[in-house]
Amino acid sequence: MQSIRIALGQVSPVLGDVSANVQTHMAAIAQAISQGADVVVFPELGLTGYLLKDLTYEVACSLTDPVLEPLIKASEDIDVLFSMIEEGPDHRFYVAAAYAAGGRIAHVHRKLYLPTYGLFEEGRHVARGGAVETFDFRDEARAGVMICEDAWHPSVPYLLALSGADVLLIPASGPGRALGGDPNSGAQAFWERMLRTYAQLFSCYIVFVNRVGFEDGLFFFGHSFVVAPDGEIVGGTDSHERALCVVELDLESVRRERYRTPLLRDEDVHLTLRTLAKLAERR
Amino acid sequence: MAAMQEAVTDISRGGPTNDAHGDARAAAQAGPGGAEQAGPQEGAREVGRIGARLATDVGRAVPILHAFLREEVRKTGYADVVFGLSGGIDSAVVAYLAVEALGRERVHPVIMPYRASNPESLADARKVLADLGLPELVVDITPQIDAYFARATDASALRRGNKMARERMSILYDQSAVFRALPLGTSNKTELLLGYGTQFGDLASALNPVGDLYKTQVRAVAEVIGVPQSIREKPPSADLWADQTDEDELGFTYGEADAILHLLVDERLPAPRVVELGFSEAVVRLVERRMRQNHFKRRMPVIAKLSSRTIGIDFRYPRDWGM
Repeated sequence: MQSIRIALGQVSPVLGDVSANVQTHMAAIAQAISQGADVVVFPELGLTGYLLKDLTYEVACSLTDPVLEPLIKASEDIDVLFSMIEEGPDHRFYVAAAYAAGGRIAHVHRKLYLPTYGLFEEGRHVARGGAVETFDFRDEARAGVMICEDAWHPSVPYLLALSGADVLLIPASGPGRALGGDPNSGAQAFWERMLRTYAQLFSCYIVFVNRVGFEDGLFFFGHSFVVAPDGEIVGGTDSHERALCVVELDLESVRRERYRTPLLRDEDVHLTLRTLAKLAERR
Repeated sequence: MAAMQEAVTDISRGGPTNDAHGDARAAAQAGPGGAEQAGPQEGAREVGRIGARLATDVGRAVPILHAFLREEVRKTGYADVVFGLSGGIDSAVVAYLAVEALGRERVHPVIMPYRASNPESLADARKVLADLGLPELVVDITPQIDAYFARATDASALRRGNKMARERMSILYDQSAVFRALPLGTSNKTELLLGYGTQFGDLASALNPVGDLYKTQVRAVAEVIGVPQSIREKPPSADLWADQTDEDELGFTYGEADAILHLLVDERLPAPRVVELGFSEAVVRLVERRMRQNHFKRRMPVIAKLSSRTIGIDFRYPRDWGM
């Protein structure tokens, strides 16, 4: 079985400046290619910055916008997952991640869960996506995308795993807290615990790419990493600075874990469906 | 509260009876005891316990604060920073953080004493400069303060304190043009929540690296980054008159304030629950009232909404938008 070399593009976007961020992405893409990567994954809203508020309206573009052309063209040489505010034909705005491969956009994921509490106000500005789908990833694999908060809803990785995902890609704009008693930032420790558990439960690779930098004093903690299907972290960067690192995914280990611990094989989707149908009526 | 460039609370909105000294007297009269259920000893234990928790691993914030200063300063197009150095712990911490983050040639502290300032404050400020290898810039504010109050010789300590804080602010913003440097704030979270500072005085700044650290945490950071012991251990003072200390003026200690604020703000406990833990009811009430009454100091001025896009209401952009 194949292995896939995946580059984690831990960038620090300029708030509201899509062209500048396309340039940053292009530089990281060149670096990823020179390091022999097959795929490069960028953080949530890497092309726009995160705390957009009313800037959402100004930075939004459609997937056919010329500003994205360099990234799509670059996907002739390396697969690219990039994220931006996508404006749909009906002028709904989404937090989206587009997967470009072979010089075209092969898949788009629109963020499903928009945090609107505490410091987050996504629900004020963008519409929620409505589809959980996997797509062909390199030659022999399937992948699914969850954008940041999507991953905090276990139904999303559950559905992606059942749809056949070998690899879950998570572009994130995760803010950190230095204080609060956890060994790293509270949020960072939570991400690690959660994704290591998911990787084991769903016997898949998980690629977490978090942005860095500051916006209005808000600190994004970086620390992008990859978890293997046995729940072990197999690569990443232990830094909250800009970084690009390449991690090799060995798809053989997905096969091995799924035979050794066949949780997905034994998953009773009918039981889940029946129970959910009843619960949904009551909610 | 770091001395000199930070002055007594501006309570001009609080009504005629709400002066800081009145608060202190009310708390002192309520004394220990009162209506609390668990008793003052439990309260003291709780202060110790929460203080220790707040200070735990606070050193983790240090690299983030360095990165914050580097990035947020660079984003504005500036490379340098300017701030008032009082000889107190808050501005000393800012000085150490800024030098580590930006390099000493980028850091421009200004010492702004008044004739009544404690000479030890100046000595402590100089200690920071010597330790960090920073040049000394002293602007004595006595002439401008005395010239102004020559017309109002009976002006209260409150008026004088607030005026001094605003003169210092105005000097810092002028020095900002001299050095092409961004003014840094040095108010900690305790002061900001209590409103223990002067609006458009020491509360004015472009960036504040210590505004999310309680006083207890500032002390812990100070130890981690090597602020001289004499600065760390002296009683905090606004240094407006002889023997003034923040804690006498506030009517409670920073340790108490931090524990109570932590429970009210971070843990979202209702005030009666905080009292049940053993804190003085009078102090809890005072802290809560100050926090609410001085909230205006933490906000932009209120604008009369007339159009469909009103600044601060539905004209919503991050500050970094303009950078």
